[in-house]
Amino acid sequence: MLTVNHLIFLSAILFSIGAVGVLVRRNPLIMFMSIELMLNAVNLAFVAFARYLQNLDGQVFVFLILTVAAAEVAVGLAIIVALFRQRETIDVDEASILKG
Amino acid sequence: MSLSVPDLNLRIIAPVLIVAISALVVLLGELVTSSAQKRGLGYASLVGLLAAGGAAMGLWDAHAVAFREMVRADNFGVFLTLTILAGAVLCILLSFDFTRAHRIETGEYYALILFSVTGMLLMVTAADLIIIFLALELLSLPLYILAAFKREDERSLEAGLKYFLLGAFSSAFFLYGIALVYGATGTTNLARIAASAPSEMLLIGAGLLLVGFAFKVALVPFHWWTPDVYEGAPTTITAFMSVAVKAAAFGAFLRAFLVALPALAMDWRVVLAIIAVLTMTLGNVAALLQANIKRMLAYSSIAHAGYILIALVAMGGAGVSAALFYLLAYTLTNLGAFGAVIALGEGERERLNVSDYGGLARMQPLLAAMLTVFMLSLAGFPPFAGFVGKFLIFGAAVQNGWAWLAVVGVLNSLVSVYFYLRPVVAMYMSEPVEGWGAPRVAPLVALALVLALIGVIALGVFPAPAIALAAGGLGR
Repeated sequence: MLTVNHLIFLSAILFSIGAVGVLVRRNPLIMFMSIELMLNAVNLAFVAFARYLQNLDGQVFVFLILTVAAAEVAVGLAIIVALFRQRETIDVDEASILKG
Repeated sequence: MSLSVPDLNLRIIAPVLIVAISALVVLLGELVTSSAQKRGLGYASLVGLLAAGGAAMGLWDAHAVAFREMVRADNFGVFLTLTILAGAVLCILLSFDFTRAHRIETGEYYALILFSVTGMLLMVTAADLIIIFLALELLSLPLYILAAFKREDERSLEAGLKYFLLGAFSSAFFLYGIALVYGATGTTNLARIAASAPSEMLLIGAGLLLVGFAFKVALVPFHWWTPDVYEGAPTTITAFMSVAVKAAAFGAFLRAFLVALPALAMDWRVVLAIIAVLTMTLGNVAALLQANIKRMLAYSSIAHAGYILIALVAMGGAGVSAALFYLLAYTLTNLGAFGAVIALGEGERERLNVSDYGGLARMQPLLAAMLTVFMLSLAGFPPFAGFVGKFLIFGAAVQNGWAWLAVVGVLNSLVSVYFYLRPVVAMYMSEPVEGWGAPRVAPLVALALVLALIGVIALGVFPAPAIALAAGGLGR
C-alpha cells in the first residue's frame, strides 16, 4: 500500500538529487534542469499532502508552481543564450570575472 | 458542493494594481515611442509610483483582509509599501541619465522595475505563504533580467546568470518549506498556521522557509551571490536591489515568522541570533578588504541585513517597529550613497575604486559633503537616520533580553566606521586622480540626492513621527 510517507520520502529524494545536481554540475543548463527537478519534487509533495489531507489547495498550488517554473525557464534560457553569444561558452566556472 | 465567489476587495490591493497597470502601459509605450522619447516612459513610471503611494496612504488604518485572507492591509504593510515606493522613485530619478550614458535607455528597463515593484508590494501585503511565493517570483524574475540588462557587458550577464541560478535554487527551498508547512498544518494561511499544533515537520518547513528568505536578504551563509551580483549589475539596479528587495523580503520574513510561527520562537530565535552575529561580522570584516566601492556597499548591505535580523530576534512591538524604521532609514541612506556613486560617473566610466574619489571635495564640495553624510549615516553616526535606526534596534534587543546581541551589533558598527570613512578620507585628504574631469551632476540625479539627503537628516533629527508610524502595525 502506497502511503503518504512513501510519496514524501520519494519527493525528498528527488529534491536532494536536484540540490546536489545544482551544486556539483557546472553547466548552467544541467544546473537549471536540476532546479526543475527540485520544483517537481515540491509538486509531488504538494499533491501527496493534498490527497492525504483531503484538501484540494495543494493540487491548485501545483498549477501555480508549474506556471512560475515556465516563466523562470523563459528568463533563465534568455540569460544563458545572451551569455553564450558574448562568450561562446556557458561553463559557470569560466563565468568568473566577478570575484574577490 | 457549492462554489462561493471570493471577496474581491480591489481597494486592498490598489497600490499593487496601479503599479502593475503602469508597468503594462510603459511596456506598450515602448512600442510607440522613438528612442528620443524613452525619457517620457520614465516620467510615466514615476507618475504610476506616486499614484500607488497615494492609494497606499488611503489604506492607512484600514485593517482589512481580502481574497479569502490571502492579502491583508495593515499599517505594517502600508509602511513598507511606502518605503519600497520611495526607493523605486529615487531609483528611477537616478536612472534617467544613467541609462542614456550606458546605452540601456529603453521602455523595458522601466517596465521591469515596475513589475518588480508590483511583486514587492504584493509581498508585504501577503497573508498566505503561496502569495508570498508568487510575489517573491514576481519580484525576482524582472530583477534577473535587469541585472543582466547591459547585454554587451560580460560582467552584467555574469551577474544576471549567477543571480538567476542562485535565486531559482533558493526559491525551490522556499517552496519545499511551504509544502512541508502545508503538510504539517493543512493550510498555508499565516494566521491558521499559528493556530495549529507545532510538529517536527512544521519545524523543518520553517527551516526551509528560513533558507529561502536568507537567500533573498543575503544572510550568512547564503550571502555569497551578493557581492558578485551587486558588482556586475548596472549601478542603478544594484541600488534598487540593495534596498527594495531587502524591504520586501524582510517584510514577508517578519510577517511569516512573527504571525505564523511564534509557537516555534524558542527554536528559531537562537538560530537567527547566531545567523545575525555571523552576518554582521562577516559583512563588516569582508567590507574592510574591498577596494571596489560597489563590492564594499554589497558587503555593507549584508551587514545591515544582520542588524535588521536582530530586530526580528528581539520580537515584540519594539522589534517590529525598529525593523520598519531601520528599513526606511537604510533605503534612503543607501540609495543616497549609490546615487552619489552614479552622480560621479563620467559617461560609461564609473568611479568604482576608493582611490578614484581622491580630491573630490575640492572639485565638487556639495556632492562630497552629501556622500559624507550618507556614509556617516550608514556607519550610524548621529544626527542621521542610520543612528536612530541602530539605536532603536539595539534598544529593542536589550529590552527583550538580548543585550549580548546588541553588544555584538555595536562592536560591528565600530568596525564599519573604518570602511565607510575610506572614500570620505580620499575625498578630503587625497590629491585628485589623473584621467578624471570635474564631475557634472545631472539635475534629476541632484534631485534624487537632495530628496534622500532631506530624508536622512529629517529621520535623524525628528525621528518621532516615523517611529510612531512604524509602531504596532502588524495585523494578525
